[in-house]
Amino acid sequence: MHDMGSTMLNSILRGSFAPSIGEAGERSEAPALPAFEDHSGQERRYTTCYMCACRCGIEVTLENDQIRFIRGNPYHPVNKGVLCAKGNAGIMKQLSPAKLRNPLMRKPGTERGEGEFREVSWDTALDYLTQRLRDIRRTDPNKLAFFTGRDQMQALTGLWAQQFGTLNWASHGGFCSVNMAAAGLYSIGQSFWEFGDPDWDRTKYFMLWGVAEDHASNPIKIGIERFKRRGGKFVAINPVRTGYQAVADEWVPIRPGTDAALALAMCHVLLSRDLVDWEYLGRYTNAPFLVIDAPGTSHHGMIARDSDGQPLVWDINGECVADGMEAGVDAALFGEYTLPDGRPTRTVATLMAEKYLDDSYSPKRAAAVCGVPAETIERLAMEMAHVAFRETIEIPCEWTDWAGRKHDRFIGRPVAMHAMRGISAHSNGFQTCRALHLLQLLLGTIDVPGGHRAKAPFPRHTPPPNKPAQRSAPNAPLDASPLGFPTAPEDLVVDEQGRPLRIDKAFSWEAPLANHGLMHMVITNAVNGDPYPIDTLILFMANMAWNSTMNTASVQEMLRAKDENGEYKLPFLVVVDAFHSETVNFADLVLPDTTYLERHDVISMLDRPISEPDAAGDSVRIPVLEPDRNVRPWQEVMVDLAGRLGLPEFVDGDGRPKYAGYTDFIARWEKTPGIGFLAGWRGEQGDRHMRGAPNLDQWKRYEENQGFFQHHLPEHMRFYRFANRDYLKWAKDVGFNASSKPIVMELYSEVLQRFRLAGQGVYDGPLPPKTMDRERLKRYFDPLPHYYPPLEEQAIDQERYPFHAVTQRPMFMYHSWDSQNAWLRQIATQNFLFMNRTRAEELGIADESWVWLESHNGRVRGQVKHMEGCQPDTVWTWNALGKQSGAWGLSPDAPEARKAFLMNHLISELLPDAHSEGRLGNGDPITGQAGWYDLRVRIVPATDRDSETSQPQFPSIQPLPGADQPPSLLRYTTHEPVRLVRSMLDIIKRR
Amino acid sequence: MKLGLVIDADNCVGCQACVVACKQWNTSGTLGPLTDHDPYGDEPSGVAFNRVRSYEVGVFPNSKTVNMPMSCMHCETAECVTVCPTGASYKRQEDGIVLVDQDKCMGCNLCAWACPYGARELDDVSGTMKKCTLCVDRIYDDALPEEERQPVCVLTCPSNARHFGDFDDPDSHVNRLVRERGGQQSLPELGYNPVNRYLPPRNKPHVGQERGTTPGGFADRLKGWLSRSVSR
Repeated sequence: MHDMGSTMLNSILRGSFAPSIGEAGERSEAPALPAFEDHSGQERRYTTCYMCACRCGIEVTLENDQIRFIRGNPYHPVNKGVLCAKGNAGIMKQLSPAKLRNPLMRKPGTERGEGEFREVSWDTALDYLTQRLRDIRRTDPNKLAFFTGRDQMQALTGLWAQQFGTLNWASHGGFCSVNMAAAGLYSIGQSFWEFGDPDWDRTKYFMLWGVAEDHASNPIKIGIERFKRRGGKFVAINPVRTGYQAVADEWVPIRPGTDAALALAMCHVLLSRDLVDWEYLGRYTNAPFLVIDAPGTSHHGMIARDSDGQPLVWDINGECVADGMEAGVDAALFGEYTLPDGRPTRTVATLMAEKYLDDSYSPKRAAAVCGVPAETIERLAMEMAHVAFRETIEIPCEWTDWAGRKHDRFIGRPVAMHAMRGISAHSNGFQTCRALHLLQLLLGTIDVPGGHRAKAPFPRHTPPPNKPAQRSAPNAPLDASPLGFPTAPEDLVVDEQGRPLRIDKAFSWEAPLANHGLMHMVITNAVNGDPYPIDTLILFMANMAWNSTMNTASVQEMLRAKDENGEYKLPFLVVVDAFHSETVNFADLVLPDTTYLERHDVISMLDRPISEPDAAGDSVRIPVLEPDRNVRPWQEVMVDLAGRLGLPEFVDGDGRPKYAGYTDFIARWEKTPGIGFLAGWRGEQGDRHMRGAPNLDQWKRYEENQGFFQHHLPEHMRFYRFANRDYLKWAKDVGFNASSKPIVMELYSEVLQRFRLAGQGVYDGPLPPKTMDRERLKRYFDPLPHYYPPLEEQAIDQERYPFHAVTQRPMFMYHSWDSQNAWLRQIATQNFLFMNRTRAEELGIADESWVWLESHNGRVRGQVKHMEGCQPDTVWTWNALGKQSGAWGLSPDAPEARKAFLMNHLISELLPDAHSEGRLGNGDPITGQAGWYDLRVRIVPATDRDSETSQPQFPSIQPLPGADQPPSLLRYTTHEPVRLVRSMLDIIKRR
Repeated sequence: MKLGLVIDADNCVGCQACVVACKQWNTSGTLGPLTDHDPYGDEPSGVAFNRVRSYEVGVFPNSKTVNMPMSCMHCETAECVTVCPTGASYKRQEDGIVLVDQDKCMGCNLCAWACPYGARELDDVSGTMKKCTLCVDRIYDDALPEEERQPVCVLTCPSNARHFGDFDDPDSHVNRLVRERGGQQSLPELGYNPVNRYLPPRNKPHVGQERGTTPGGFADRLKGWLSRSVSR
C-alpha cells in the first residue's frame, strides 16, 4: 500500500529520533518513551470481515480475551491493508446489546409481533423445527420457503434447499442487483463488482454509473485513488454528488432511471461518427450473425443456424452462408443476405446500427429525457472514443485464441466503467445494464488491458448452461438448483396452465429471467395464497419486516394476518439472525446466529469468491472469539438439520449424518470429483490447487495462510478470456465452465427474442396465458437494449409526483446493521431528506424544515436538508437509518426511531393498479428486480409545528428475555493505559 | 523532526474510515479509554480525535463536494499550549507532536477554546483533555513491524488520502507531496502555523475528443460499412 510512506518512516526511525534533535543537554532530559503495549500478552489472528459484503481480510489483535484492534490485512487481495469505517467498528458490533442470546419461541397464547418470547434450548428448537420440516418434506416440499439476506454462502443454502426439494429458495438478489448480474451474464458472461473490475492500473478513463458506494467498498476506493494518481479522467454519472462523486473530475447530474437513454445516445454518437471497434465486435460478439427477417413467424428475429445449431454468418469470399464459429471465415458485418432456403436475413450489426442511428437515440432526444445536455453527451462519447482508439495500450505477450491462432500482443482500449444499484434497482435496469455493456463493446473494452476485466469464475457462457429446477416431489431432492438461467419459455418454472410454481413467481411469465429469485414478493404472495399458501418461511439475515422490504407497514400487517379460522395466513416464521432486528419480533421461532468473529465461513469459488482479474481466489472466516451466549452459526445448524432430515447429500448409506459439522462438510464434500467449496490446498497432501481430492487439513492450511488462497493466472491467460484458448481450457478443467468453447458476447439477445415471440403469440412452444404478460413480453423483451420509462412512472401522474426519490447507503453503515454500533451511530442517528437548494427555495421549503413526502403508496414525514450537489428533480436520503422503536438494542426514544424515517413505506411491492389487469410486482419485467429506485414523490411542508418527529411511528418493541440493559456509559479498553508524562523540568524550562 | 499529516482532499471520499480507526486504536491507547456517553440512547456522543466534515463549494451544477478530515494540526505556534495553566499541554521538542499530560491536566478547557480547529475534546469522565497523539504509541513502538509504525488513520485510509512524515526533511514523502500538489495549511491567516497540510483538488485532466468521420445516419454509414468483413 503506502509504499512511499513506509520508506519515509524507515528514514525517520533508522537513526532514531534522539540524536538528530536539539542540544545534547536537552536530549539527555528527554525521557525514554514507555512501552505502550505489552505485545507478549497479545495475539494476532486472521479472518474475513463481515461488516459489509466486501469480504476484506482482517487481522484481529486479541488481548485479555478482548479485541485490542482490527485492521486490514496488508497481504489480502481485496483490501490490501486498508479498512473502512464499518470494519474499524467491529469491536462495537461484537459488543452490541442487540445480540441474540438464546433460541426463542413465541409464547403460546400471544400474538405474533407482540414480542412475547420464551427462551428454549437448542434441542427443543431443533426438534420442533425438524418435525415440522419433515412433515413438509413428506407432503409438499414447496410449503417451505427459505430465503436469505446478506449471506455469503448461497452455494450451501442452495444445496440445502435443493436437497430438501423446495423450489422456494433464493437469496436477496431480487431486490439488490439481479438486473446487473443477469444483464451481464446474458450479454458478456460477466458483470460488475464480483464479476469483474475496471483495470485500475491501466485504464485512462473511468465512468461510474449510479450509486455504487456499497459495492464494492474498499476496492473501489483503492482503485479510484490509484487511477487518479496516474492522471486518468474520472466521470461520475449520478443524480447526487457525494461519496465517490466528490472526487470525480466531472459530475454529470442525471435524472434517476434514465441512464439507458444516455448510454444509447452515446452509442448513437459513436456509430454516427464511425468510432467503433468493428474488428472486436466481428470477432468476439454476435455482430456478424445472421438474423432471420420473417415477421409474424416463429423464426423471426432468431439467429439463422445450420443443422448442427451453429450460428450462420455471410462468408464474403464464398458469397454463401457459413458456420459463424468456423475459424477464419471472412464474415460480413453488414448487409442483407438470403439463406439457401430463401429466408431473408440481416446481420446483428446491421440491426444494431439501424436502431441506434435512428434520430430517437440522438443526444438531443436523450437530453430531454435524462437532463444531460446534448453537447455533454456528444463530448463524453468522443472523449471515450479518443482514449479507446488514440490511447490504445499494447501488452506484448504471446497468446492463443480459441481457434489456435497465435497473437503476439494484447490490444487494450483503456476505458473502464462500473455500475451497481443505481442502475439495477430500476424496472428498466436489465435493459439499462445491457445498454452499458453495448457501449463497452462498441469501444472494445471488455476483458482487455485498461478495460473491464472479468474475475474468476467469470467469464462464463452467455448465459451459463444451468437451468432452474422445474418440479419438486415429496421426500426427494430437486434435479437442479432452484435458480438458473432460462433461455427459452420451455425453461420457465410454471405449470401446464402457465401459472407460477414458485412462491415468488420467479421464472414465471411475469419475470422470466429472475435469476436471483424475488425475495421481496415472498411474504405478500404467501399471505395472499398467490400462487399458493405455504407453511413455513425461514428468513436468514434479512430484515424483511423493516428496511429490506417495500411497503414496510403493510408487510408487518401481513405477518399478523389471520384467516377465517383464526390461523396465521403465513403459518410459521423462522428468523435466523445474530441481532434483535424488527423481523425477529415477528418470528415464531428465533435461531440465534453468531457474530462474524465467532464463526467459520467460506467465501467460495462455487459462490461469490474474492478473485481479482489476475488471480482466482477464495477465503474463509475462522473464529477469533468464543461466543459467550447460547448461539450457533447458521451453517452449522443447517448441516445438523440436513442430517436430522436425512437429506441425501448429508447422510451416509444408512441414513446417518455423514458430516461431523460444518467444517467437516466443507473439507470433505465434493460437487464433482476434485471440486469442493475451497480451492486451495486440495489433495491428500494439500499440494493440489483448484482441483484435487479433499484434504482434511485444508482449514489448517487456510489458517496458516491468513485465511485466503490465490491462484495467479499466467500473463497469457489474463485478457480476452472469452476467446483465450488456454484460459478456456483451464476454466473447464477447474469446473468454472462446462465447456471450453469460446464465449460469444451478445449484442443481440436471442433469448429475449424467444420470449418476445411468445408475447406475440408466434413462438413455437409455451405461450403466456395472460394478455398483460403478453404485452410486457412484446414491449420490454427487445433483443437490442432500449430505454423505456420506469414502470411506476408510466403508471402515476407525474405532475402530481414531480420528484424522483432514491436512497443510498452511508459509507459508514451497512443496511440496518450499524445503528446498534456505538461508534458508528455517533456519525449519524438521523437521515435527512436532501434536495437541491434552489429547487427547495422555489417551493418555499426551508433548510431543516419538516416535510411530508408522499407517493402513490403512502406518506412519511422527515426533515429536509438543502444541498447543491443534487439533480433538481431528485430527492434522496440515507437508507436503513430509521429503526422501529425498541429494536437493535437502542432506547425506545432514540433518534433512529423518532427522527429518522424509512423511504420504504412509500414504495409499493406491487405496481399501481392502473397499470395492470392483475397484481404485478413493482419490478423489472425481465428479471423481476424490485424497482425501488423508481419511486416518485411530492413534497408538502409539514405544518404540524409541535411535532418534529418522523412519521409513521410504530409501537415500541419489547426487550427480549434475558437482554442486558444497554450501558449508559462506555469506556472500552483492553488494558490500563500507559501514559506519557511530561517532566517538570520541561515545563519549567520551556514556559 | 517535525511530524505531521498530509491530507489529500482530492481523494477523500468522506468514508469515515480514519475517524473510526482512530477511535478504535486510541480507546485502548495511551489516552484511552475514550469515553462514550449514552451509546445506545437518545443522544450518543463520545470523545474522538479525528472527525470528517463535508462541505460544498459552488452552485449547482458546478458544485463540488469537499470532505475535510480534521484532527490536531500539531501547530508550530500552538496556542493551546500557551494557554495551558498547568503545563499539561505541550509540544514535544523531539518531533513537534502536541500532547496532553493526563496527570497534569485539570480539564479547564482553556486549550479547547484556544484551538481554532476543534481538535481537542474533553473526556468528562477522566476530567482531562484528549486529542490526536499522531499515534505516538505506534510510531515509536519498536516491537511493531516498521511498516506499521504509522498513525492508524493513515494505515486504514482506503483512498490513500492520508500521509504521515517528517516535514523537517525536505526529501520526505510528505514534503514532496506538498511541493508537487501545492499543499496548504488550514486557516493560515490565524497564525498558528499548523504542520498538517491539505492537498487541494488537482487540475482536471484534459482528454481529447475523437471526432471520427462526419456524423451520418444509417443510410450514409451503411454505404461504407457494407464492404466490411471480419475474419472470425
